[in-house]
Amino acid sequence: MFQLAEIRHMVRIPPWLFGQTLNDAVIEELNRKLANKVVLNVGLCIALFDVTSLGDSYIFPGDGASHTRVTFRYVVFRPFMEEILEGVIKAADADGMHVSLGFYDDVYIRRDSMMTNSRYDETERSWVWDYKIEDDLHHLYMDIGERIRFRVVAEQFTDTTPAGPNLAEGENTVADRKDGKVPYIIYGAINDQGLGLVSWWTSNSAGQEEEEEMEEVEVGETS
Amino acid sequence: MEVVNSKGAVLSNYEVLRLLQEVCHQGTKGKRNITQTQTHLASIAFDTLKYLEKTQCKSQTSEVIQRFLESVKQFKLTKAEKLQLINLRPTTPVEMQLIIEESEDRLTEEQVEELISLVELHLPDPTASQMVNGQVTNQ
Repeated sequence: MFQLAEIRHMVRIPPWLFGQTLNDAVIEELNRKLANKVVLNVGLCIALFDVTSLGDSYIFPGDGASHTRVTFRYVVFRPFMEEILEGVIKAADADGMHVSLGFYDDVYIRRDSMMTNSRYDETERSWVWDYKIEDDLHHLYMDIGERIRFRVVAEQFTDTTPAGPNLAEGENTVADRKDGKVPYIIYGAINDQGLGLVSWWTSNSAGQEEEEEMEEVEVGETS
Repeated sequence: MEVVNSKGAVLSNYEVLRLLQEVCHQGTKGKRNITQTQTHLASIAFDTLKYLEKTQCKSQTSEVIQRFLESVKQFKLTKAEKLQLINLRPTTPVEMQLIIEESEDRLTEEQVEELISLVELHLPDPTASQMVNGQVTNQ
């Protein structure tokens, strides 16, 4: 789920960081610039991994800061396609479910990528998987706060940089989120054996030797 | 800012956990405290650590992972599959089938069982070690 992205950047080191060694100052500036931000088509930046090359530093006329060309590797959150991840259900509506990983909140499981016979229960405000086994119908509820396992099926990056100067004021990121502009969305699917709530599949350790069909029976029993 | 390579190496959860622990440790130990100077880094590191500590990688070490990778060489799994085996520590056949693509064709049932026993043998169970940790902190 985490990858290393190699990035080259001209780092501006303000004069008040001159007291530190160049290395420490560069690390601090890079982390300040990138940590907890989404870079378009790269992913959500977590922390600096290492600096691979450090160029010469320059001072430009009219600016007290020094500028250094740096190539570095940054840890980014970017699950590959088909990767299996676990998260917590944060919200549900008729269109699907919203899953959070704690540090990353924009995972959506759409209604068409759920198990067949899933439906949205308006009164409970949660999704239900109507699981049928030997003429017995089980209602498996996916409540908010439950741990859920899903497969990454699609990702979507949105450029949230402001379009014009009139938008460049105030808290852009907050406003963009309200407009429904989310920089990085992951779409998940739970329409396969073993996906869905973690508790469905780990109900009982005795089932480990059994075949898949036996697993399903156990799932039915716990509901 | 230019991106040279957006898809470099893939990291396991364990490696990220170690890196972030180091980042947080640095902050408390001296130099400059990251909670004051780098709020973004501090908050993402805290949230990610919190997530990772709930996953299987908490009780792993680099030797454990190395030994595990040696032992599964014979199964001819792809890199992504091995990564997920380490990250998720599957212990049921259903989970195995989920992680390993076309597992019905590539592995026999016995091989799946063998893989599960290797996972259980080499990768420590976090729930078991958590109990120990809990007892230690309680005392």
